Amino acid sequence: MTIASVITPSPLSELRTFVENQSGQNILECYQCGKCSAGCPTAYAMDLTPRQLMRGIQLGLKDEVLGSTTIWLCLSCQTCSARCPRQIDIARVLETLRQLAIAEKRNPTEKDVLLFHRIFLGLIQRYGRAHELSLGVLYNLRSRHLLANAALLLKMLTKGKLSILPPKVKGAAEVKRLFAKVRALEK
Amino acid sequence: MAPRTYAYYPGCTLHSTAKEYDVSARLVCEGLGIELRELEDWTCCGASSAHSTSDLLSIALPARELQAAEEMGLPLAVACAMCFSRLKFAIHELNDQEIRGLVSDIIGGELRNAVEVVHLLQVLDEDREAILLKRPLTGLKVACYYGCLLVRPRDIVDFDDEENPQIMDRLIEALAAHSIDWGFKTECCGASLPLSRKDVVLTLSHRILYQAKQLGADCLAVACPMCHSNLDTTQRVIEAKYRDGVGLPVLYFTQLVGLAMGFSPKQLLLNKHLTDPLPMLTEKGLA
Repeated sequence: MTIASVITPSPLSELRTFVENQSGQNILECYQCGKCSAGCPTAYAMDLTPRQLMRGIQLGLKDEVLGSTTIWLCLSCQTCSARCPRQIDIARVLETLRQLAIAEKRNPTEKDVLLFHRIFLGLIQRYGRAHELSLGVLYNLRSRHLLANAALLLKMLTKGKLSILPPKVKGAAEVKRLFAKVRALEK
Repeated sequence: MAPRTYAYYPGCTLHSTAKEYDVSARLVCEGLGIELRELEDWTCCGASSAHSTSDLLSIALPARELQAAEEMGLPLAVACAMCFSRLKFAIHELNDQEIRGLVSDIIGGELRNAVEVVHLLQVLDEDREAILLKRPLTGLKVACYYGCLLVRPRDIVDFDDEENPQIMDRLIEALAAHSIDWGFKTECCGASLPLSRKDVVLTLSHRILYQAKQLGADCLAVACPMCHSNLDTTQRVIEAKYRDGVGLPVLYFTQLVGLAMGFSPKQLLLNKHLTDPLPMLTEKGLA
């Protein structure tokens, strides 16, 4: 269920066994047909295609797999899982790898993607709901892309599509407790 | 006949960037005699960020909303495709006794996992023949865009065909509009990458808009605020980058239903889109 502890380097099957236990998917079922890569909308931007990534897990190439851009550029669109002739939920496998890379505190090859998730969750934890303006501003500050999307944010503000103040929700305190409990359980 | 009363989970964006989706959904449902009772004190489902970082968090956040709907004893109607997907995933995971016990402890109180979650498209589907067309959308060619999260994975969301869904198409056809046959109904728009990898969103959204435009669509109909944002707000940048005139209004399906039911563009907040649909609708005699 949770990533209980960081796994240590060891025999070649260790990565595969961990991923299988965590994701419930049988990695050896993959016969490298490449249908996942053919349908993947972001395969063009990845250093390893989803098919290559699956092979990497089979071969126990932990650093290559966890250091790939693949795990961060996955959009969770589930096209690979829907089309896999071996019924492997590849998107679930990628999710497990992302969580593992985070648990092992590896430097993400697409650091802005993880930064986005962290800021998003930080805001939920604080306010209970998303607040797009804070998300945009904090992302720009912390990613150091100071003016990214500035024109768009401005346009959305003038269209009244963004609220200036964060939402005030009674449940926010409850959500804060929920985050704390999850964190304690995952330790 | 579908149930007439639902618990309603709008989701974060429907109170901000996708206000027009919320407003049009409420107008349409009220007009059809369907009552949406907003969950009191709802919070975020965790969206794509929770499941990227923690399994447990990605179940516990939506479980809080499921519990609230359970207490109301009503089926839960959801507008946002992302929320819909996260709630459906949570229900699937909560079938496991051990996980359900763990999550019940986290959110406090009992969780029976007995709530039926439906998307607004499913709510309107059974009523589509009963819609009184005060302004039939005759002559309007619509590309129905479903995106990923409504249709995949099929065994978990239990929604429609995952490669060629029809539910939105038949609703649009019931409005006397024409829904075009096209191949990008369930292609991804770039999801949650618009801040971190904008280039990817531009590439993917360009392909979708370009295809719809090539096939003669007058507009795109969507059911997801994230898809809407990626497809509507990027068009100027896409046109500059690819030198293609992709300009294509992107409307929520509820806005099209509302238009056909006779609500005014102003009531439906059609002015909220960055790609203005009013010139096209005026030309078609629909606004």
